[in-house]
Amino acid sequence: MLLYVLKRLAYVTPVAFGVSVVCFLLVHLAPGDPLSAVLPADATQATIDEMRAAYGFDKPLPVQYLIWLWHVLQGDLGVSIATGRPVAGEVGRAVVNSLILASAATLIGFTFGTLFGFVAGYHRNSLADRAASALSVFGVSVPHYWLGMVMVIVFSATLGWLPPTGAGPDGSGNWRPDLDHLRYLILPAITMSVIPTGIIARTVRALVADILAQEFVEALRAKGLDEWGVFRHVVRNAAPTALAIMGLQLGYLLGGSILIETVFAWPGTGFLLNAAIFQRDLPLLQGSILVLAMFFVALNLLVDVMQTALDPRIERA
Amino acid sequence: MSEDAPAIEVSGLTVTFGGRLRAVDGVDLRLERGQTVALIGESGSGKSVTLRALMRLHPERRTDVGGHVRIGGRDVMALSRRDLAAYRGREVAMIFQEPLLAFDPVYTVGRQITEAIRTHEPVSESAARARALALFERVRIPSPGRRLDAYPHELSGGMRQRAMIALALACRPKVLLADEPTTALDATVQIQILLLLRELQRELGLSIVFVTHDLGAAVEIADRIAVMYAGRIVEEGSAAQVVRTPHHPYTIGLLRSRAEGALVKGARLEAIPGGPPDLANRPSGCAFRPRCFLAEGRCADDPPVVTPAPGQRTACWHAEAAATAGHAASDAAAVA
Repeated sequence: MLLYVLKRLAYVTPVAFGVSVVCFLLVHLAPGDPLSAVLPADATQATIDEMRAAYGFDKPLPVQYLIWLWHVLQGDLGVSIATGRPVAGEVGRAVVNSLILASAATLIGFTFGTLFGFVAGYHRNSLADRAASALSVFGVSVPHYWLGMVMVIVFSATLGWLPPTGAGPDGSGNWRPDLDHLRYLILPAITMSVIPTGIIARTVRALVADILAQEFVEALRAKGLDEWGVFRHVVRNAAPTALAIMGLQLGYLLGGSILIETVFAWPGTGFLLNAAIFQRDLPLLQGSILVLAMFFVALNLLVDVMQTALDPRIERA
Repeated sequence: MSEDAPAIEVSGLTVTFGGRLRAVDGVDLRLERGQTVALIGESGSGKSVTLRALMRLHPERRTDVGGHVRIGGRDVMALSRRDLAAYRGREVAMIFQEPLLAFDPVYTVGRQITEAIRTHEPVSESAARARALALFERVRIPSPGRRLDAYPHELSGGMRQRAMIALALACRPKVLLADEPTTALDATVQIQILLLLRELQRELGLSIVFVTHDLGAAVEIADRIAVMYAGRIVEEGSAAQVVRTPHHPYTIGLLRSRAEGALVKGARLEAIPGGPPDLANRPSGCAFRPRCFLAEGRCADDPPVVTPAPGQRTACWHAEAAATAGHAASDAAAVA
C-alpha cells in the first residue's frame, strides 16, 4: 500500500509541473498589459519601464516562468498588484473559506445524495424513486446563482431568518466555528449543495440498483442474512464509487464556486478570482489558479488512494 | 424438524413471474434423507427456478409462488421473515453456478464464511475463523489459512467452488441445493468437485438437490433423476431407470444427444429438433409436443402420469411406444 502511494505521488509530479506551466502561460495569453490597470493613464514611459522591471515583466517568458516557479516552490506566490500584500496569504485565507463552504456543501450533498440514491435504488420505479429522481434532475439543472438569489430573497429579505451576504457578523474574512458564523454559512452551503446532491443521488441510485441485481446479493440471502445484513454489504460495495464521486464534487466546488461566492459575497477563492480578474491582478490570478489546480490534483490522488484501500480488486502494484 | 419426515416434499409447486410467465408449472418432488436427486433439463426448463423456490429466494413483489414446500417436515411457505432468515443457510444451504459472482467481491472469503456462522450461532470471530479453517481443510483447499484471507477474485475457479461449498456447509445444513455447481468449471475440475460433493454427502448424510443440464454429472452423483421440461417434471426415477429404460421421448432425446460413446469422427451428433417453448404461451397439453417424434392429436391434452416401473413416473401418452423406440435406437447404436 505504501509503495502504491509513493508510486501515485511519482505520477503526480509531471502533472503538477504541467499544471504550473499552463497556469503561468494562461495568464500571459490574456490580452492587455497587467500594469496598465494599476498605473495612472498618463504615466510616463520611464515609469512604466521601471514598474515592468520591478515586477520582472521585462524578461523573456521562460525566464519569467523559472523565476516564478523558483519562488512558488519556496511558498512565495508574489505580491498582489492591487493590494500590495503577499498573494500566498490572500490565497491561503480564501482557500480556507472556500474549503469550509465546499466541505459544508459536500457534506450536505453527500448526506442527502446517498439517502435519496439508496431509497431510489432500493425501490426502483416506486413513487419515492420518481420523487428522488425528479429532485436530483432539478438539482443538476437549476442555475446556481439564480437559486442563490431566490434563497436570499426568501430567507433573508422576506423572512429575515438568515444573513444574505458575508462570512460573519464583523464583516471580516475569517470564519470561525461558532453559532454566529454558522448562520452565515447556511444559505451559501445549501445553495451550493444542490448540484452535488443531484449528481451523487443519481450515481448512488444506479450503483445500488446494479449491486442489488448481482448474484452475490441472492447468495447473501441464501446464507441467512436479513435485509439489514444485506444492506451492510450493499453499502460496502457502493462506498468506493460513492466516495470517489464525493471527492470529485468537493474538487469542483473548491474551484467552481465563483458565482455562488459572488452572489453571497463569501470571501473564498471564487470571490478572490473574480476580483483578481476584474482588477487584472496577475500574480493574484496566477497564485489562486495554481493553488486551486493543485488542490484538484491532490484531491484526485486522495480519492485514488482511498478507492484502492476500499476495493481489493483495484491493482495496488 | 421431525425425524421421520422426508428431506424434501414438494407438491404442486408453481412459480409465475410478473403474473404472466409461468416458469414452474406444477412440480411434485420427494427426496428421502441422505439421498441426492438431480434436476435435469435445458436452459429455461425451470430447474433453477424450482431450486430457488425451495428457499423462497424469488423477490416477493414480482413473483407468485404456489403449492407446498416442506423441508424436513417444515412448511417453508408459512415461515415468517425472521424464521426464513434463520432457516436459510442453517437448515438448507445453496451452492451457486458461478462462485465468482456469488461471493461478495469486496470481502475476503474467510470473512464471508465467518459472517455466515455468526449470523446463525453466537460464537466469537476467532471461533468462527477456526471453524472456517477446518472447513477449508475439509474441502481440501491447499494452504487454507492463507486462502481464508484471499479475496474471491484471487482464487482459481475450482478453489472458489470449494470455498463456496465450505461456505454452504458452514452451519451444518441437512439439505444442500446445488445450482449447476460444475457448469462453469474445467472438465477435470468438474470431476473433482463432483467427487468431493459425493464424499461430503455420504459423510455428513446430506440430502442434495443437484441442478444440472449435464446428464453425465447427474449420473455421477444422483440416486434419482428428475427430467424437467417447460416447467414440469416429465420423467422421474432412479438414476438407472431414467438412463437405461427412459419412457419419455424428451429423456430419450437427451440421452441420444450426448456426445459420449458416439463420438466417432464423421458421425453426426443427434440433436432434438426445434427449441424450448415460450413459457408465456406454452402449448396446451404436453409442452414437448411440437418437437416430439411420437406426437399426435391427443398430445394436446394433458398427458397422464404412468408408472412404467416401481419408483418411476413418466408424463406421456406414449410412454410404452417411446421406451420401445428408445431401446431400438440404443440397440442400433450398439450394433453400429
